Amino acid sequence: MEIDERILCFGLGVDDPKRIFGTTAGLVERFGPRRVFDMPTSEAAMTGVAIGASLDGARCLMTHQRLDFFLLTLDQIVNNAAKWRYMFGGQAAPVRIVVRLILGRGWGQGPTHSQNLQAWFAHIPGLKVVMPASPADAKGLLLSALFDDNPVLFLEHRWLHQMQGELPEGDHRVPIGKAAVVAEGSDLTIVTMSSMTVETLHALPALQEAGISAEVIDLRSIRPLDLDTVLASVRKTGRLLAVDTASPVCSVASEIVATAACECFDRLEGPPRRLALPDFPVPTSPALTDGFYPRAEQIAVAAAGMLGRTVDVAEIVASRTSPHDVPGDWFKGPF
Amino acid sequence: MTPTVSGQDVPREALLRSMKRLRRLEEAIAERYPEGRMRCPVHLSIGQEAVSAAVGLALHPEDLAVSGHRAHTHYLAKGGSMPRLVAEIYGKQSGCSRGKGGSMHLVDEAAGFKGSTAIVGGTIPVGTGLGLSLATRGSPQVACVFFGDAAVEEGVFFESVNFAAIRRLPVLYLCENNFYSVYSPLRVRQPEGRRIHEMVAGLGLSAAYGDGNDPELVYQMTGDALASIRSGAGPVFLEFTTYRYREHCGPNFDNDLGYRTEAEFLERRSADPVETYEMRLLESGVVTRESLATMDAAIAAEVADAFAFAEASPFPDRSEAFSDLYVGEDGA
Ligand SMILES: Cc1ncc(C[n+]2csc(CCOP(=O)(O)OP(=O)(O)O)c2C)c(N)n1
Repeated sequence: MEIDERILCFGLGVDDPKRIFGTTAGLVERFGPRRVFDMPTSEAAMTGVAIGASLDGARCLMTHQRLDFFLLTLDQIVNNAAKWRYMFGGQAAPVRIVVRLILGRGWGQGPTHSQNLQAWFAHIPGLKVVMPASPADAKGLLLSALFDDNPVLFLEHRWLHQMQGELPEGDHRVPIGKAAVVAEGSDLTIVTMSSMTVETLHALPALQEAGISAEVIDLRSIRPLDLDTVLASVRKTGRLLAVDTASPVCSVASEIVATAACECFDRLEGPPRRLALPDFPVPTSPALTDGFYPRAEQIAVAAAGMLGRTVDVAEIVASRTSPHDVPGDWFKGPF
Repeated sequence: MTPTVSGQDVPREALLRSMKRLRRLEEAIAERYPEGRMRCPVHLSIGQEAVSAAVGLALHPEDLAVSGHRAHTHYLAKGGSMPRLVAEIYGKQSGCSRGKGGSMHLVDEAAGFKGSTAIVGGTIPVGTGLGLSLATRGSPQVACVFFGDAAVEEGVFFESVNFAAIRRLPVLYLCENNFYSVYSPLRVRQPEGRRIHEMVAGLGLSAAYGDGNDPELVYQMTGDALASIRSGAGPVFLEFTTYRYREHCGPNFDNDLGYRTEAEFLERRSADPVETYEMRLLESGVVTRESLATMDAAIAAEVADAFAFAEASPFPDRSEAFSDLYVGEDGA
């Protein structure tokens, strides 16, 4: 917002005492209520408003405390934002909006507060979709999104908010559409995103112990999808496990597996595999969410299984100190 | 519509009992929430009981209702099961949504409570659709939609009310205006000086306003509205001002956050609907200290039983996560 004074930031609660889980702390103090402001509970209209403002040169950063609340705006996003450039033959002003969508999980977020719909959004030509997994990528992708001249959906997982990591100073940008190879390996490729990247990294020591060398690719961008990086890795390892934060049908993992099957079938040494959430809405009861989300141990088991091997996950399981439905011991509800 | 508070037919003791019952249950939820066994968000209506209690009594048992995220008291007042509500918050198999829904997704078909969901405004068209069906089959029932002041900011509110007005549907739109949406005060969401019911009247339906701390007023106005709707005069919108004492979501007080002043809170708290009404009924001799003690003991026992039921109930089996998706396919 310092770099470009045309950036506006609005959304329910951006300037309230909790500041969107602390993520907008200090903003209104620094940039004033003309640029940082709360809004009516009118998601659809406000998205159209953001589109309109951007047509006149503003850059709009909107926030939704849950991805699910953003669904009210789909007409504006799909019919207007995504198509504005194309339907006017490239002659209209650019739609420069970034929408932050926070993904809920745990503590009974349940069926209407925990949906992972990145594949829906990625299905729409004209939208860009990013899902950072690390603090540095969160910063780098947010900056890139803000200065992109296209609509970008920025999906952030609530369980990553407390993550700590190196943060590059200054105007650090991570290019949209570029995946990161976060671990190099030779036996299989694990392609993943967002919180599942963290789970996958937790699975690595157990895999190493079992003598399995996994290459891990954090997609970071869901659209455009960096298929070059994925395919290069699959050609090298011959095996593909696609791990998704969403349910499997028509998912990003489906797209990854389909592309690998189409593009490098001859290099595959076994069937590719998807590891995703159950093909059901997310229930509320802690008894029902226990085991609902795949975690590091399931990833390790799945990866080893693809090589016909077994893996000891006792250490991963033993390392869990907090209940399955909270991001850490510090979390006592209610959000 | 002008409210008529004759006090004649008002079931005063029942009103007080219902309010105290809602208050006691929600206080118990707040007290026990820190134990960490209710592992889902809870949106409490402590402070807002007069509206739920009075509307719940004014509605007939056959009438239908839907609500939003803050629905515990609507559910109970409509006749929903207290033990099954608490069990749902505990995530138990015996919960009203069998552990799938949690505190924000409640249902009790037998009580005519057709469901509450958590997306703001999401059930306003659903309640309108209930009204459409009732009208189509010529039923004398009414569909009641509970929502807050923020929900009238959603487009779907206008679209639904517009349709109900065109078709003169038997729908009661019940808006509890507690002045806040999470931590956002009305002033950042609606223009200064707006009165929600006046705006809604412009959409072409009967709309009125009342003090939501006065259960008799709410009861009378709701009763009048229901009579008008049943007579075929079309939908009615009622706005009642009220105030929530605790945080938007969760068991705590949160005035320390500074989104509302302690002075405002104390002023509102001093007009507490339950205490005020209890005093009123004591002074007018409708209840006595003894009858109150009996009432309180019965309510305390009911609440204790509901928690005991919830705690003793088993959790659903994990496989239950994979049921209930499609009609006709379960057990497959
Ligand atoms: C479409 C949508 N936007 C935002 C939210 C987040 N949210 C949950 S409750 C709430 C406040 C609603 O206020 P109001 O309707 O006045 O009811 P109250 O909480 O005051 O009872 C908000 C904004 C949501 N659930 N759905």
